[in-house]
Amino acid sequence: MLGGSVRGIPYYVTGIILLYGILFGRLICGFLCPFGFVQDLLYRIKAGKMRVPRGVDAPLRKAKYVILVVFVILLPLTAGSAYGAGIPWFCKFICPAGTLQAGLPLMAVNEDLRLATGVLFAFKLSVLAVVIIAAILIYRPFCKYLCPLGAIYGLLNRWSFYGMQVDKSRCVGCGACEKTCKMDVEVRKNVNSPECIRCGACKSVCPGGAIRSEFSCAKKIIRR
Amino acid sequence: MNRAVKYGILIFALALITLGIIVGEPLEVFRKAAAVCLECIGVG
Repeated sequence: MLGGSVRGIPYYVTGIILLYGILFGRLICGFLCPFGFVQDLLYRIKAGKMRVPRGVDAPLRKAKYVILVVFVILLPLTAGSAYGAGIPWFCKFICPAGTLQAGLPLMAVNEDLRLATGVLFAFKLSVLAVVIIAAILIYRPFCKYLCPLGAIYGLLNRWSFYGMQVDKSRCVGCGACEKTCKMDVEVRKNVNSPECIRCGACKSVCPGGAIRSEFSCAKKIIRR
Repeated sequence: MNRAVKYGILIFALALITLGIIVGEPLEVFRKAAAVCLECIGVG
């Protein structure tokens, strides 16, 4: 959209993303994203699960911000096609969601599309294969390491109207919340971390009921 | 401070949406959404 806009900055789309981000934060990743759902299903496959070592995991988590800046903002704005139209670099070269959820079903029923495939489609299929295998072994690798939309919503997590809260007076310090968090959020330190997808797993295992989620502008109505 | 940032972003988002509507961007978005995005599916 960035490259496609005549004016350079797509006000409408940017506004919509910011609006949803400031209202819900990464609740969208946890409950609305279809590719997140696909990854959740893949992780249910009974196979050896792995936790990425912290030394590898921490820098990899920053990759989604690099992808956001380079592939979603800089390249579409600066490197367009020969006709002057922008290229959606992330969608075209990285994102496996469109390949899985639209490309494969469409190609199954449309011969013309099958004939149009080439090196790019083969490349995107291989990206999809890597993400699928990773999603069986690691919880939501695309959300953790690659998704630029998740990066935007993550940055808005600390301010979003829908947020998590820890009542320190009710916390018994057992750490059950952090053990159960598959996104590896340090719940007691930073419950509204950019990595939290608001799945509520921490809330459900907390023995003291210290964790809650709510819309901060309507505390009196929603709070238990 | 947090409250100011939160409402600041909300107002900024609504202002961008309004500006986008004024310059006719929703039509551009719906046009894109109604067609198959060849780049997204890995053909274009």
